[in-house]
Amino acid sequence: MELTRRDALAALASTGIVVGAGAAAVSRLDDQRAEPAVDVDTLVAVAEVLYPTEVDGVREFVETFAAGRTADRPDYRAGMADALAVVDERAESWFDGPFATLDREDRDATLRQLGADAIPPDPAGRPPARVRYYVVNELLYAFYTSPTGGSLVGTENPIGHPGGTASYQRGPDA
Amino acid sequence: MSRGDVDRTPSPRTDVCIVGAGPAGALVAHRLASEGYDVVVLEAGPRFDPANRLERMERHIRPSHGPEDVWDMGGPRDAYTNAGEEHYPLNAARVKGVGGTTLHWQGMVFRLHESDFERRSRHGVERDWPIGYDDLQPYYAEAEAELGVAGADDNPFAPPRSEPFPMPAFRPSYSDSLFADACEELGIAMHSAPNARNSEAHDGRSACQGYGTCKPVCPSGAKYDATVHVSKAEEEEGARVIDRAPVQRIEHDRSGETVEAVVYATPDGAEHRQEARQFVLAAGGIEIPRLLLLSRSTQHPDGLANSSGAVGRYFMDHLFAGMGGELDAPTRQKHVGFITSESHQFYDEVDGSVGPYKLEFLNYAGPSPVDVALSTESEAAWGDALAEEIRDTYGNRIAMGGLCGQPPRAENRVTLNPDVTDDHGNPVPDIHWSLGERERRTIEAANETQAAIMDELGVDVDWTTGPEATGPAFHHMGTTRMGTDPDESVVNPRLRTHDLDNCWIASSSTFVTGGALNPTLTIAALALRAADAVSEAL
Ligand SMILES: Cc1cc2nc3c(=O)[nH]c(=O)nc-3n(C[C@H](O)[C@H](O)[C@H](O)COP(=O)(O)OP(=O)(O)OC[C@H]3O[C@@H](n4cnc5c(N)ncnc54)[C@H](O)[C@@H]3O)c2cc1C
Ligand code: SF4
Repeated sequence: MELTRRDALAALASTGIVVGAGAAAVSRLDDQRAEPAVDVDTLVAVAEVLYPTEVDGVREFVETFAAGRTADRPDYRAGMADALAVVDERAESWFDGPFATLDREDRDATLRQLGADAIPPDPAGRPPARVRYYVVNELLYAFYTSPTGGSLVGTENPIGHPGGTASYQRGPDA
Repeated sequence: MSRGDVDRTPSPRTDVCIVGAGPAGALVAHRLASEGYDVVVLEAGPRFDPANRLERMERHIRPSHGPEDVWDMGGPRDAYTNAGEEHYPLNAARVKGVGGTTLHWQGMVFRLHESDFERRSRHGVERDWPIGYDDLQPYYAEAEAELGVAGADDNPFAPPRSEPFPMPAFRPSYSDSLFADACEELGIAMHSAPNARNSEAHDGRSACQGYGTCKPVCPSGAKYDATVHVSKAEEEEGARVIDRAPVQRIEHDRSGETVEAVVYATPDGAEHRQEARQFVLAAGGIEIPRLLLLSRSTQHPDGLANSSGAVGRYFMDHLFAGMGGELDAPTRQKHVGFITSESHQFYDEVDGSVGPYKLEFLNYAGPSPVDVALSTESEAAWGDALAEEIRDTYGNRIAMGGLCGQPPRAENRVTLNPDVTDDHGNPVPDIHWSLGERERRTIEAANETQAAIMDELGVDVDWTTGPEATGPAFHHMGTTRMGTDPDESVVNPRLRTHDLDNCWIASSSTFVTGGALNPTLTIAALALRAADAVSEAL
């Protein structure tokens, strides 16, 4: 199943990021001049672990989404950058390499050893709670409120996505 | 004007001062301002920026935020205590701010039935209202037009109406069609449920977009909330609304028969006095009695407008009865956050032992995909295992809800707790709430009907909310009840307090009995009726 830029824009729209006119700007995370820089490679590498394996197009989706979420929100950007740095640092110390270079299994193990699978999210909490909030739940929220993420588990109009008023009337075979 | 520059000083020469900017206060303000009166509304909470609604929706969906965070409830401003048998979670049940609790509400709107006004004469229980359905019928029609209600005239159990709904009803959901087969077998009639929610673009607001988070926040504005009438009152009719201005007490003249002013606090720590010719209390069913009790004086030692001793008493809510489980087929839940079908067939089967109840066919059973994904309680953390878990937990859930009536009882009440104070040093509301046998039996009756439907449908039921697990629907009624006898009631049938000649109440606090239907359309109808009466008095 292919994630698209449209999915990312839809996910953004449902978090209050106004796309439309700004859509072009939003697509270029590389072009980020804002500090601190969000480590996109690590973010995409985490998403590849969190999202189901049948999903393609993760990089473009994540780049677009993260760019939109962090543009003009310096505090959020700092929170995310900081949590990604924690992920990368743990990967280095436990698996001797940057997170993005690890294979899927070691990435998964890094996140679990960190405790990000079980700790309740807290934007102001200890590092694992911040990783859960700014990285893990951020990426899962984007995915499971998007039409593609929803469709994968049975709804083309998931909660948080403004998918109109036709879908609730349709049966499963329509 | 930036927030710091807001002028919160009192207005001179004010005709009407309204306390509270929820739907009751907003409708009265709009009506009276449009008739040319000078209106000031004092609202305890802030103005919320509409641009932040999606952020509030995210707070609702993401588990790191509590339910009270969505509309910034809680803390010393909203402190309360529970003295009753049952815990009453007050701050989940209200919002303080411009728009009031309708910012959070679900937006189902019904007219009470004729029988609700005549419970004593018809069934020998509870009490009659001093007004009947006929008196309210024209105001119900106006209220539906003001709020913008999508509905259809297909409910055989609803009271008579003489005009169509302002908008077509939302079509039934797919899961309604599953219930319909089972209900047909059982001889139970389903019908549409009116919603204060745009089924098409209406009144300058968009049609419903299907975000599915109506309760507690509609990002699109398709769901009605009282900011609609606050904006109209301010921008089109010249009313003045002062936010973050909690009224501390009401002051009367030397005779003790006329209110002279209300005293309110502002964020800079100052206190001001707003004088007016008429005063309308629209602060909701908890804060209205509290304010009256806080305003006691030498002439009114038990609290203002309380010569009957009924202020704060007869507190009622509706009780939730529900049931849910899994079906062996997809149910297509959680696309939208509102209800499209109900059954009021059993509503009027009231007798000496069982009260009214209504049945709701939910469109939002079970967890949504994103709920399962973000919860650290889920078994799988992420990846394919998580997608698998979501497919298992989302998809086949199905549920019914229902509301059951609670009779008025003197011991269910709101008092002041002198030992606990709020951020301004005022005693907090102390809620005394308990359930009686009548509502327990009503809940059981609702559960029995629900069980029959679930069984017919072949649902594997795995949760039931019955008399033990029930909770309130957050409808605060009865605490300043209406009546003709000043010894037994707080306001007269025109909604003016018996004791003070220029003090009016627009609220479900004036309900004599509560029926089992969501109260806000009736609140709106009473608010419009009160506005007419105030206008005549001016
Ligand atoms: C979760 C939930 C779902 C609901 N769903 C429905 C539904 O589907 N259908 C339905 O009919 N009803 C529903 N309700 C109930 C509905 O929201 C209320 O009936 C309605 O908002 C009451 O209107 P009101 O204007 O009387 O009070 P409110 O809307 O509560 O407004 C009162 C206002 O007064 C202000 N105030 C309080 N004290 C003071 C003071 N001392 N000084 C100044 N201002 C003050 C408050 O800050 C508040 O803004 C729901 C409620 C909740 C919590
Ligand atoms: S489903 Fe509810 S939240 Fe979404 S747009 Fe419609 S009314 Fe608003």
